[in-house]
Amino acid sequence: MTPMTSTDAAPVETATAVRLQAERVRLAYGERTVVDGLDLDVVAGTITAVIGPNGCGKSTLLRALGRLLKPTAGQVLLDGRRIDKMPTREVAKVLGLLPQAPTAPEGLTVADLVARGRHPHQTWYRQWSADDEEAVAQALEWTGIADLAERPVDELSGGQRQRAWISMALAQGTDLLLLDEPTTFLDLAHQVEVLELVRRLHQEAGRTVVMVLHDLNLAARYADRLIAMRDGRIVAAGEPSEVVTEPMLAEVFGLAARVIPDPVAGTPLVVPIGGHAQSP
Amino acid sequence: MAVLDRPVHRVPGRPAFRARRVSLVWRPRYVLVFLLGVAVLVLGVAANVGRGEYPIAISDVLAVLFGGGEQSQQFIILELRLPRSLTGVLVGGALAVAGAITQSIARNPLASPDMIGLTAGASAAAVFVIVLGGGFGAVGGFLASAGLPMAAFLGGLATATAIYALAWRRGVHGFRLVLVGIGLQAMLLAIVHWLLVVAEVFEAARAYVWLNGSLNARGWEHVLPVSIALAVLLPAAFVLAHVLGALQYGDDTARGLGVPVNRARSLLLLVAVGLASVATASAGPIAFVALVSPQIAQRLVGGARPPIGMSLVVGAALTVISDLVARTAFGATELPVGIVTAVLGAPYLLYLLARHGREARA
Amino acid sequence: MRRLAGLALLAVVLVGACLASIAVGAKAIPLGGVWHAVFTPTGLEDDIVVRSLRMPRTLLGVLAGGALGLAGALIQGHTRNPLADPGLLGVTNGAAFFVVIGIYVFGVGSLYGYVWFAFAGALAASVAVFLLGSVGRGGPTPVTLALAGAAVSALLAALTSAVVLIDVQTLDAYRFWAVGSLAGRDVEIAGQVIWFLGAGALLGLAGAPALNALSLGEDVARSLGHSVQRTRVMGVVAITLLAGSATAACGPIAFVGLVVPHVVRSFTGPDYRWLLPASALAGGALLLVADVIGRVVVRPGELQVGIVLALIGGPFFVWLVRRRKMVAI
Repeated sequence: MTPMTSTDAAPVETATAVRLQAERVRLAYGERTVVDGLDLDVVAGTITAVIGPNGCGKSTLLRALGRLLKPTAGQVLLDGRRIDKMPTREVAKVLGLLPQAPTAPEGLTVADLVARGRHPHQTWYRQWSADDEEAVAQALEWTGIADLAERPVDELSGGQRQRAWISMALAQGTDLLLLDEPTTFLDLAHQVEVLELVRRLHQEAGRTVVMVLHDLNLAARYADRLIAMRDGRIVAAGEPSEVVTEPMLAEVFGLAARVIPDPVAGTPLVVPIGGHAQSP
Repeated sequence: MAVLDRPVHRVPGRPAFRARRVSLVWRPRYVLVFLLGVAVLVLGVAANVGRGEYPIAISDVLAVLFGGGEQSQQFIILELRLPRSLTGVLVGGALAVAGAITQSIARNPLASPDMIGLTAGASAAAVFVIVLGGGFGAVGGFLASAGLPMAAFLGGLATATAIYALAWRRGVHGFRLVLVGIGLQAMLLAIVHWLLVVAEVFEAARAYVWLNGSLNARGWEHVLPVSIALAVLLPAAFVLAHVLGALQYGDDTARGLGVPVNRARSLLLLVAVGLASVATASAGPIAFVALVSPQIAQRLVGGARPPIGMSLVVGAALTVISDLVARTAFGATELPVGIVTAVLGAPYLLYLLARHGREARA
Repeated sequence: MRRLAGLALLAVVLVGACLASIAVGAKAIPLGGVWHAVFTPTGLEDDIVVRSLRMPRTLLGVLAGGALGLAGALIQGHTRNPLADPGLLGVTNGAAFFVVIGIYVFGVGSLYGYVWFAFAGALAASVAVFLLGSVGRGGPTPVTLALAGAAVSALLAALTSAVVLIDVQTLDAYRFWAVGSLAGRDVEIAGQVIWFLGAGALLGLAGAPALNALSLGEDVARSLGHSVQRTRVMGVVAITLLAGSATAACGPIAFVGLVVPHVVRSFTGPDYRWLLPASALAGGALLLVADVIGRVVVRPGELQVGIVLALIGGPFFVWLVRRRKMVAI
């Protein structure tokens, strides 16, 4: 697997450094093994999207990378160190994770939610330092929800709420961000909104992002690198144009489709054939 | 992280209080309500201390408490009467903080130490000693010789250990802990009921009084152990409380924020158990304080979870004022304080529930 | 098919428990004597023991246990809280308080007298809890019901304690009732409550389809044509009648309502049309088994069923909690 260089002028010093690695990991829930013998490298300054059919293990892989699930074999390395041997707090300063459908306590305001992202940098006597405030203010500004700061999170729309959660992850100030299905349950306009935000995070703020996505076309458009999984194994990895091919779609998704260049972005566009079997 | 090229401005809704390396979010409502609560508490203590064979006016009590006052009153107040109220303050505060911790961890307003078995263990041990004296072989003898408070304390700790051990399965989940606690509680309460049935009627009466929580005849020898325990455990609670906020977001998000979830929960529970056990050992299981004080505190102050400091004040005030009512409301008969805490606390909780409709959440 | 087999098995277990309850007791009577007593009684002492003591006791056990099991399944469904016990609605403590008032104020001394007071108290308490839990828009939610129930229960328990501590004789009478027992109660006690119990059972079982819909969420239930408010009211009335009757007849018996639905759900699944009858059968069986054990374990004396239940039920429940993920409802 060739490490990808950044495709844009992201201000990071080590453009080809591998920040996060999985080495021959086996992941299981109790008796049920979901992923076995998987290797993965995440290079600094890239956006990686993990795609695959339901139940292929993509969320499980993300949880393992995020230190939420301990591998039963193999190891996950963060900057060369075993992630399970590092204190949780130290990891949280470098690696931020947004789980699927996160829940916040009722009645919380947006500002409080985003401020909670500063937790790894706080102690019991230093709960709201000037650095914290600056980071939160910047995060709110950056995600465009500064005017919603005093609204309760429950009253926001789906897209706004997701932006608030991403804002929290941003305030955490980590180089790496893992996003588990950040666009599920959002309508198309909001999906694009969130993904544009992720792209800006990457281009302007130099973050490294790994995200699990359901929508193939959006994944192809917004990611530098795609990883296609099936039954707990990586079937294909590389640039979107290399990965999103008709044979891959058939093998991984069992989908008969045409792949054409996206008229707007030039990235691969999947067009399912379905019942309209016309001659090509 | 790349420096973002934008003007920095304050985050609305979160004014700061900063002094050198210490920084907090300044919440005026909390501070105001807290101070009011403390005022109510002090007045309650003064009124309670003033009551007795020789009634002493509140102003005189306050004078003595703050260092001055008449000599003759000083002795009565400081040596004879203050210990009782002080025990009430400390015990009520300890129970309330224990309740705030368990409710926050379980994210369930019903999960207070007296609902999940922590105080039932103490009760079973205490009633054992009262009813069976030193009988029942080695265990009974050991407990009896340890004395009633110690027996209660050990009973509470043993129960908590059992609950924890039984609930542990690659980590402790709040839900399983509560279920196991309820199971053990039912068993222990059944034992208590059985003991009450086989006892002589006057032993049963004595046990019943203890079971309702009583501040009767509490002197400095009671204040001391509770003070020591609180001096150790309360600061620990405050330090750990910082983590409680992050724990409200669910385990995954909390871990993502750098919280060592299992370790934090275990430590917090240890503190809660210690506080509840010491309080129960001192004054018996004063019902309801641990359940209702955090809920009242949360609704008075606002916020996403029961606040530790405010719960302490509410619990202390509730206990002391209930003691005052318990001693005076029925003329010569002195009721156990636990009865009054429920009679005062329950309607207030119901009122708060009614006012805030569906905003009922830990 | 599994459910039908499970239900049949439960019925068999219940019958077995009944037989055991008739045949076994503090006094050891040989099976031949039991047969004689049941079918050809001739006034022997053993006949009297079996006919006047054990058979009514068995009947009461079946009724009370079944009522409690059913009430437990209902309240867990309505409050969507797997920790709910029928006592959560204040039924148990309400009954206790009124009984104590009956003893203290009205000098009631017999079990027959207790029954009416207990029943009235159970009704009053659950009405109060329901009303208080309904304040605010849209009626009661699981959380408000639970909190209101806890508050009212604590209040009633405190008041009960107050009365009991004022008068030692009241304490002396009350502490025996408070343990929960099937002993010393004859057919008339069962007769006093059976109409209420029956009504509660019918109401509860009839509400099963609505409860199924409610478990999918209030909005889904409404779109399926159910009235959420009416279903909740029916549910609370059923629970009160069932748990109230059981408590009135036998004193407070904890645990049956809490544990039985969890055990039964493992083979009935979440469908209340199966879960409710299964809980009733299992509840009756459990109570009888506990009672039989209580009669045997400290012969010639007896251990009250409430205590046996908790001492067996406790460890069993903990084992259950450890063994599997509690099925979310």
